Amino acid sequence: MQTNHHKILTANVHHLDQHLLSKYEERGGYQAIRKVLKQTPEEVIQEVKASGLRGRGGAGFPTGMKWGFVPKNLGKPIYLLNNADESEPGTFKDRLLMERDPHLCIEGMMIAAWALGANWSCLYIRGEYGYPAVRMEQAIEEAYKKGYLGKNIFGTTFSLDIVVHRGAGAYICGEETGLIESLEGNKGQPRLKPPFPAVVGLYGCPTVVNNTETLATLPWIILNGASAYAKIGTEKSAGTKLFSASGHINKPGVYEVDLGYSLLDFINNECGGIRGGKKLKAVIPGGSSVQVLRADELEGVKLDYESIKGAGSMLGSGGFMVMDESTDMVEACLNLQHFYSHESCGQCTPCREGANWVQKIVGRIYDGAGTYSDIPLLKSVTSQIAGHTICPFGDALVTPVLSFIEKFPEEFNTRIAQANGIPTFNTGEELSSQVLDAVSENAKNVAANV
Amino acid sequence: MATGKSSLSIIGKQTFIKYSDAVHSEPKEISREFSSRLAEIIQKYPSKKSAVMSALYLAQEHYGWIPLEAIRWVSEELDLAPAHVESVATFYTMYYKRPVGKYHFQICRTLSCMLCGAQKISDYLKEKLSIEAHTISVDGMWSWEEVECLGSCGTAPMVQINDVFFELVDAEKLDVIIDKIKKELPDLRYHTTSGELGTGMSDFPRSQVLGLDLK
Ligand SMILES: Cc1cc2nc3c(=O)[nH]c(=O)nc-3n(C[C@H](O)[C@H](O)[C@H](O)COP(=O)(O)O)c2cc1C
Ligand code: FES
Repeated sequence: MQTNHHKILTANVHHLDQHLLSKYEERGGYQAIRKVLKQTPEEVIQEVKASGLRGRGGAGFPTGMKWGFVPKNLGKPIYLLNNADESEPGTFKDRLLMERDPHLCIEGMMIAAWALGANWSCLYIRGEYGYPAVRMEQAIEEAYKKGYLGKNIFGTTFSLDIVVHRGAGAYICGEETGLIESLEGNKGQPRLKPPFPAVVGLYGCPTVVNNTETLATLPWIILNGASAYAKIGTEKSAGTKLFSASGHINKPGVYEVDLGYSLLDFINNECGGIRGGKKLKAVIPGGSSVQVLRADELEGVKLDYESIKGAGSMLGSGGFMVMDESTDMVEACLNLQHFYSHESCGQCTPCREGANWVQKIVGRIYDGAGTYSDIPLLKSVTSQIAGHTICPFGDALVTPVLSFIEKFPEEFNTRIAQANGIPTFNTGEELSSQVLDAVSENAKNVAANV
Repeated sequence: MATGKSSLSIIGKQTFIKYSDAVHSEPKEISREFSSRLAEIIQKYPSKKSAVMSALYLAQEHYGWIPLEAIRWVSEELDLAPAHVESVATFYTMYYKRPVGKYHFQICRTLSCMLCGAQKISDYLKEKLSIEAHTISVDGMWSWEEVECLGSCGTAPMVQINDVFFELVDAEKLDVIIDKIKKELPDLRYHTTSGELGTGMSDFPRSQVLGLDLK
């Protein structure tokens, strides 16, 4: 049983020949760009603002507003970058679009480029996405041959070149200024903001970085109108969103749903419920960098920016990871901290050293070598990372570990207690207070020794 | 198949060495063709330096990894200091600082794959290839490592072999894949600049396309 959601991004992904320009066009493709080229860039920006479209790369920033920050008439070129780095664990939606509907991605870029006054644009795709990269390259080549890219597109003054740039295995290049550094031919280490890329970006020129899904939404908005888009979803979270569903579910995959859809219905209907008849334990709703939610916190939660925030997490990239009752939460937490420790770009000391510390401390709790002071130590170390780094990677690594400890304290406590010879109890609560006593005892001892 | 002995633990090192220090033979000189392919790529960017990542990929296509000779070639082609090229090559994990096996397995270890049994895949491969992670089998055929999320979480667990994703794998499928590789020596690369898609493994469709039921 599935609810009928609007198909804005995935209407044609099931056609195996959709990657061919002729088929894309047969199914209504390249009409939006023809329409847009008859409008002024200002009209297009206005339309996108009115649609309520928000960035799908993670932060959910209003797309039209971001475009509005770009200063025109600086006498410098303006660049549009399509962020297809897609390295947030649990996220694989942009890949679907590029593999199955590459011309939709191209048309989205064309519309944004026209609105921004950009004549050079780049698709920055993660290095491991070999197949989608080739698909995109082939589609771009076809578009050039047909005269849809290059000079004087559709007989207008509009010219656009699109380059596919492959990353080479660095999560941080998904962060927009890391991406820009990487594209300039440097290590992908993020820049301090401000200045924001909209003003000083690639080669010092005004630059807009948008996620692949964000851009692929544009043709529909142009063809159907801003108000049609704004009507879908909720008041503040307009439209549809792709969710990459994975983990302990019967039907993992990419699903397009109207924003505001019930989270539990999504698990039970689209995802086909929990595998093997097991019970749901926890969900990470928006990629690895957001807070984990316990099963008992999900009642009434909707898949939109506000509702998920209200539940104490974030919609993020829509990387929806589901864990059943058999999941060891200390192990899951360690798994993610291993990722962050591996991916820190090394630029800021709190992040570079801190990520390693966090991984080691969670690791020793997992290995049964934790001590009572480890939880306070984790809180102390993480408090020195969050907010003390150039880019949000520091916060991204702290968020999951703190939420795992907060949501599943008994699992951490049990490990620590076992490691320290305290017999385990039936209920987490009793144990928790016992451990907390021990922690404060420990703190007293430490204080006495200072 | 590997005999159980493995050569030096060499993948994953961060310093650059001469080709002959790892391979015990002199490398074939990188041809003009590569220079002209690079020249074409440079054309596409507003600035020459932006081509450094593509240049490193080209050099890796030629040498199989990034020896000092590759650093030198890239720095000469792009008028960049060798130290700059080295800093870029060390930053990104997909540039190999040491040779890898002819077939290099990358097993995703991150959460969604972990939840779906990635550890079993690693254990199985380690036994099957009889080599430790980050080492090459003595016949030069095999190597493997664990990597972070490859964007295939919906078809977990998964393994990337050279450039190609193999999704929803299990021990049985790995057996079939490895046998097929041994018999057919397929080219499992998506060529960095020629835009070829053929892999010779087309009867291994990427098991299920992202949750869509495609026939
Ligand atoms: C550590 C980190 C990783 C990120 N990775 C990605 C990514 O893989 N893809 C993406 O579109 N945005 C990613 N972002 C967000 C980008 O910085 C940027 O906000 C986004 O591409 C803007 O596009 P949008 O407005 O269309 O969402 C990441 C941000 C951070 C801090
Ligand atoms: S977690 Fe393995 S591909 Fe994403």
